[in-house]
This record gives sequence, structure tokens and C-alpha cells, in this order.
Amino acid sequence: MNIHIQGWLLALPAVVLLATFTHIPAIKTVIDSFFSTPHGTRPARFIGLTQYHSLVADPIFWRAFTNNLLYALITVPLAIAFALAMALWVNGKISGRAGLRLAFFTPTILPMVAAANIWLFFYTQDYGLLNQIGRAFGFASVNWLGDPTTALPSLMAVTIWKEAGFFMIFYLAALQQVPPDLYEAARMENAGRWQVFRRITWPMVMPTTLFVGINALINAFRVVDQVIAMTGGGPDNATTLLLFYIYQVAFTFWDLGYAAALSTVLLTGLAAVALAQFFLLDRKVHYR
Amino acid sequence: MKQNRILSPSTIAAWAFALLWALPLLYALWAAFHPAAYATRFEVTAPLTLDNFKHAFVAAPFPRYFLNTVMLVTGIMLSQFVICTLAAFGLARWKFHGADVLFALILIQLMVTPDVLILENYRTLQHLDLIDTLTGVGIPYVASAFGIFLLRQAFKTIPKELDDAARMEGASTLQTIWRVYLPLAKPIYVAYGLVSVSYHWNNFLWPLIVTNSVETRPLTVGLQTFASVDQGIDWSVICAAALMTSAPLMIAFLVFQRAFIQSFVRAGIR
Repeated sequence: MNIHIQGWLLALPAVVLLATFTHIPAIKTVIDSFFSTPHGTRPARFIGLTQYHSLVADPIFWRAFTNNLLYALITVPLAIAFALAMALWVNGKISGRAGLRLAFFTPTILPMVAAANIWLFFYTQDYGLLNQIGRAFGFASVNWLGDPTTALPSLMAVTIWKEAGFFMIFYLAALQQVPPDLYEAARMENAGRWQVFRRITWPMVMPTTLFVGINALINAFRVVDQVIAMTGGGPDNATTLLLFYIYQVAFTFWDLGYAAALSTVLLTGLAAVALAQFFLLDRKVHYR
Repeated sequence: MKQNRILSPSTIAAWAFALLWALPLLYALWAAFHPAAYATRFEVTAPLTLDNFKHAFVAAPFPRYFLNTVMLVTGIMLSQFVICTLAAFGLARWKFHGADVLFALILIQLMVTPDVLILENYRTLQHLDLIDTLTGVGIPYVASAFGIFLLRQAFKTIPKELDDAARMEGASTLQTIWRVYLPLAKPIYVAYGLVSVSYHWNNFLWPLIVTNSVETRPLTVGLQTFASVDQGIDWSVICAAALMTSAPLMIAFLVFQRAFIQSFVRAGIR
């Protein structure tokens, strides 16, 4: 059999499944966003950009959007900074390395829903662990998840806690690739620790930072588990993020047309990140 | 210098930080293994107990959830292996018409992941009559761009002479894949398998949407259903349930730490 037919035959199952669950639904999402939501016997009809007009006028969408932007801008750099610090510690000749690595990496293995339920107890008003510790130091009790100013940062903490250890392993792999003679040379020159970090370590792990940063950015726009498990978007939409809002509009309000418009916005955002990754980053900088 | 190493400020900082990081889990362990009365009282003499786990097991059908999750993750992993291997082999070895375009189209799924398409995929499942089935939970993930990419890279490093040799002995394409490529790419399959299993063990949104009965609900959804029924369930029991749902993965991780970490790195660096 000729290789052209055979090649397509081998790829056929994957092609059919990918088309059914990725390409066609992505296109249909965009098309559906130009139609009204069907109600009972009234079918969907073409309404042009109306869904997008309501989207622009929807304060909850803007809330979800800014929340999500904040979520990305705060959790991504913090998780990366922690991850790098962890990797530097674990990579060094520190006593009890295995214990450190275990403490840092274990949260990564935990399902987000399980982590969220454990942290939920931390944040409980009155008898939650965090408030008990706070009280011991004389602080007033805080309703962490019930107060619009602290609810979103509380969720961010869980994300950082779970992700930093995961990113750490990529930094560990990168640190092991740094040629030891660079450090040797720095030692000869009596370079200080900060200088060594700034002039050698940081530039050498730059490809990893970009790789991890982009993945973390994409993940930040798909955060939803902890919102469902911990706050349900509340209080007063203080923790509503984009994917959660889509989920709510689609499966609680069943406003399919509007959910399609929201999904299109998210898809466009993710596609933009993907293109940026493709064109801005020299893919060859990644190892090998 | 040597003595400095043990108690340098950096070491102390590292340990303080690690302790802080471990605190949530240590705390969950404390709550799960002690009676509810000690959930927030830390006394060395507090009696140990397994009652919280027993309560959780009686209050919700966790054994069934375990079974569902195990069936789900093994089903997904095995189907991914088959489907991604076939596609990856074709793409790695033959310059067939449209192979490059096809590969680019496949890579789109790395960005447009199934969780962004929940609405349309839900409607597709309705048409296929797969709502509330394990097949429905797994099927959008089976043809994984990530898997195809990873295996294609691995297959490309295998010398072509080996499959020419197999062909000389009269092996068909499928036999060549089975006898030559599978054994040589074994580390990649282990890495991909671990990543796939831990991803789907922890996956939540899609199974939450698709399932609505005990017979199909995986652990994550079961745990959330259990924890959100606000009927005076105490925190100790919830901590026990949360730990229980993650226990198999956690134990596997503790035993195969090195393999886990290497797999994640291997799968992540591309």
C-alpha cells in the first residue's frame, strides 16, 4: 500500500476524534456566538454582534476579566519566583534535600479539589487555622473567603502553593545543565552570591522561565476548580474568573449564545498567547 | 565552611519555607487522624483514630468513586497509547501528502484544550448519547496532541535501519511498531502514562459537567459532592476524604519519586 494512504489511515482515528472534539467545536463556538439562544420552540436566529454588545455592557464579564488578569499577573511571577528559590535550595548542597523536595513537590500531586477543600478549612471564619494563628498574635478574625477584598488573594495562595513545586522541577532540570566551570570562574573572580545569580544563573535558566511563564499564563486563564470548590464565584463576583463565568452562563443559566461569545473571547486570548509563543520565542532556546 | 553549611541562614530559611509549604498537608493529616474534638486543638496526647475515614466511607459511595476513577484513567491512558502511537508513527516516519498541515492542525489542541470547549463538547455528547458515561468523560482527551507530539519526537530518534530490518523479515507496519518502536520508546510511554494518569485522576470540570450519578462520578467530583452537602459534616471527615481521594497517587509518588519527577520534566521539555 502506498505511504500516502497508509499515513492517513494511521492518523485517521486521531483525526476524527480531534476534529469532533477540538476543531469543529471551536468553529461552532465562534458561529454560535452570532446567534441568539434557542428557547423552547423558538430556534436560534442570526443576531450579528448583539451577543458581543451585551458582553461589552456586562459588568460581570468585566469583573471576571479583571479578576482573571490580576490572577495571572500575581500568581505567575510569584509562583515562578518561589519555584526558582526552591530549585536553588534543592539543587545546592543543603542538608535534608530529599525532605525539602518532598515538601515542595507534594502539593502538585494533590487534586485541586482536594487541596481546595483542605484550604477551605484554613480560611474558615472563627475557628479556621489561619484565624487561630492570627488571634494568637493579636489580630482580629478575618472572613477570608467571605470578604470581597481577601477572597481572590486567598484563592491565589492555593494556586501558588500547588504550582510552584511543579515549576521547581523544570528549574531543577535547567540548573543541572549549567556548566560548572561558569561557577568555577565566578568563584575565582570572587563574585558575590547575588552577582553569580544575576550574571550566570538567571540568564542560563531564561529559556525555562519563558517556557514555565507561558504555560503558567495559559493555566491562569483556565482556573476554575478552586472557584467551584471554595467560593462559587462569590462574594459578589469577587472571585468569578472567565472559565467559571462561562461554566455558569452555560450550565446554570443555559444561555448558550452568550456562553459561546464568552468562550470565543477566551479562545481568542489563548490563541494570541499561542501565536506570541510561536513567533516571539526562538523555539531552539529550549534545551537540546 | 563545612560547619557553616549546616546552619547557615540560607539553610534555616529553606527549612522554614519548606515547613510552611508542608503545613497545609501536615495539618490535613493531623485533622484526618484525630477525633473531631482535636481538629483545631494541637495536643501531643490526642488519641489517634481511623474513624474519620470510616465515616467518609459510610457517608458517601467512595469505593464506587475509586472504581470509576481507576477505570477512567486506565481507559484514557490505554486509548491514548493506541491512537497517539498510530498517528505519531505515520507522522514521524512517512512524508505523506499533507503530513505537515495535519501536524500543525493537531498542535492546535495544545492551546484549544477541551476545557475551553465545554459547551459544544457537551452538546456533541448529547447527540452521541454519551452524557453520564465514563466514555463521555474520557473521549475528548483520547486523541491528545501532546501525546502525538511526544511520541513523534521519540520515534524520530529511532534509527530507520531497525525498521528496514524488521520489514526485510516480513513484518507488517503494525508488527514493526509493536516489536521495534514500542520497546525502544518505553521510557516515553512511562513518562506520558504518568502525566496522563495524574492529569485525569485530578481532572474536575469536565467530569463534573458530564456525570450526574454515582455509577459514573470520578473521585474528584464525588469528593466535591460530598463536601458541599452541608449537613453538619465535620472538617476532620472532609480532610480524611480529601486525603483518601489523593492517597493512591500520593503513595505512588512517594515510592517512585524519581520516576515521577523525571517523567514530568521529560514530558514538559520539548
